[in-house]
Amino acid sequence: MKDFIKIRGVSKHFGDFVAVDDVHLDIGKGELFSILGGSGCGKTTLLRMLAGFEIPSSGKIEIDGNDVTHQAPYDRPVNMMFQSYAIFPHMNVARNIAYGLQKEGIAKAKINKRVDEMLALVQLEDFKTRKPDQLSGGQRQRVALARALIKRPKVLLLDEPLAALDKKLRERTQFELMNIQDELGITFVVVTHDQEEAMTLSSRIAVMDKGRFQQVGTPKEIYEFPDNRFVADFIGTINTFEAVVTRMLDDRIELYSDETGTAITALGKQLFEVGQQVEVAVRPEKIFLSKDKPSNDEDTCVAGVVDDLGYLGNRSLYRIRLETGKIVQASSQNRRRSVTRFLEWDEPVWLSWRPRSAVILMD
Amino acid sequence: MSSKSRFIISTLAFGYAFLYLPLLLVVLYSFNDSSIATIWGGFSTRWYGELLQNDLILDAALLSLKVAVTSATAATLFGTMAGLALARFGRFKGRTLFSGMISSPMVMPEVITGLSLLLLFVTLQQFTGWPGQRGFSTITIAHTTFSMAYVAIIVQSRLLGMDESLEEAAMDLGGKPLRVVFDITLPLIAPAMVAGWLLSFTLSLDDLVIASFVSGPGSTTLPMYIFSKVKLGVSPDINALATLIIVAVSTGVALAWLIMRRSARP
Repeated sequence: MKDFIKIRGVSKHFGDFVAVDDVHLDIGKGELFSILGGSGCGKTTLLRMLAGFEIPSSGKIEIDGNDVTHQAPYDRPVNMMFQSYAIFPHMNVARNIAYGLQKEGIAKAKINKRVDEMLALVQLEDFKTRKPDQLSGGQRQRVALARALIKRPKVLLLDEPLAALDKKLRERTQFELMNIQDELGITFVVVTHDQEEAMTLSSRIAVMDKGRFQQVGTPKEIYEFPDNRFVADFIGTINTFEAVVTRMLDDRIELYSDETGTAITALGKQLFEVGQQVEVAVRPEKIFLSKDKPSNDEDTCVAGVVDDLGYLGNRSLYRIRLETGKIVQASSQNRRRSVTRFLEWDEPVWLSWRPRSAVILMD
Repeated sequence: MSSKSRFIISTLAFGYAFLYLPLLLVVLYSFNDSSIATIWGGFSTRWYGELLQNDLILDAALLSLKVAVTSATAATLFGTMAGLALARFGRFKGRTLFSGMISSPMVMPEVITGLSLLLLFVTLQQFTGWPGQRGFSTITIAHTTFSMAYVAIIVQSRLLGMDESLEEAAMDLGGKPLRVVFDITLPLIAPAMVAGWLLSFTLSLDDLVIASFVSGPGSTTLPMYIFSKVKLGVSPDINALATLIIVAVSTGVALAWLIMRRSARP
């Protein structure tokens, strides 16, 4: 089912401020969907509209064929895991998890059984009677997850689910979340500002800015084929060059850039006019570095000198200054074990990249 | 010991002495056997015994306690509702005015509060016939109006320090709004409500000025009785009474502080 959640022309205004601006989106059943954006981009407001804490100023939200636009939070088949986890401090772990079922008026024995199932799912069996202030950050996160899942919601909303955890724990929890989602088949909608989190977790990502979706697609599509400047900049690092279209071919576009001082070839079927001003973008890891001039004619080759370099263990980052003065970022994997550096400061170097690595950005 | 720390300690000692020496003297003289309050005549608890024989004092104490319990309970109820409105209802129309009016009784001179309440009661009596006689009910209403301001402030600050998503989470899990208030909000602000109640109780027990304005003949609160008696000279049984009040009030304040401190921990 491709349109399990249907968001149609939803906007939200707070006074003069437009938090969410005419958003359309379909999310499929069982998808792990992320909404990615910086702070104030409207992602949390959108999530709160899905949960029912905010009513859209206009537009419609459907979940599983039912219009929920004006439904109260307690009537929706949706549960949410809050950024602060919002664990009830005056109840122990088991009572926190049981709360949702208690409100449904289910028999006590049945509730206890389900609580035990949930505790097993998040591996907290030994913490049943603990008070929240006796739990670590990771354990609180699991309690929040179990509490939100116990009613078997059609959709689970997660507001920055991992932001409060440290890096190591975050990586582990990411995979746990994915496994649980896979096991239960519940549709997850995650809001995050962390692009790495969104990339690893999600089947699809919506990149949001100023209340609008800039691009919706799989992590790969968004990284490799960004639609526009904002998306390219927001996800990872990217080098951009101003260029002019010089020739349109069937499957490729030839350009000339003053910033590199060379011709650039890009693969693509987009339509441009000769003479049009565009931006060409290349990811740092797509740039090859060599001491001798590469011989492949198709590739774009530029000469430069090493302006700065950084060693990160698994890879190295370089800032190369071209003859035109433009700084280009490149990175390379450190596959060989060696104490001497491949390149030194101020050493001349050749940069080259394949036509398929160059992306032409609109505005 | 350096001269600096000696200076600090003596300043501290002087400050505490200034604040608490008079109270200590009252407690000390309440055990004075002599019937002249200012002359030490040996240790005795006879004034406490005489206190219990004095019907006027007992009546006044009973009225004060009744007023304090009733007004503290009413103030806690209304103050909590006001605090909830201030902390949880967003920016409703007239919020600033409401917030100002809630806290104004705290800064309003007591004489003004007392006088205006007296005028209110007199006018009310002319038009509606109520209150026929000023006494328990009028003093209780007067005390409720100023002590609910304190409860509102305490409850509001407790709510502001509380994560709002707790209530949202309960609602998200299927709790209807009123249910959520009883499941989540009230248990979490209960310490603030208890502290507010104790504070209101002590404020009511202490009040002399407002009670003097709004009480009628035959209804004398404890502070009013003491004040009228002291005008004729300090008698030793008043010292005993004062000691009992000091104990009651400081217990109330200490309890309020303890409860607030314990609940402030995460």
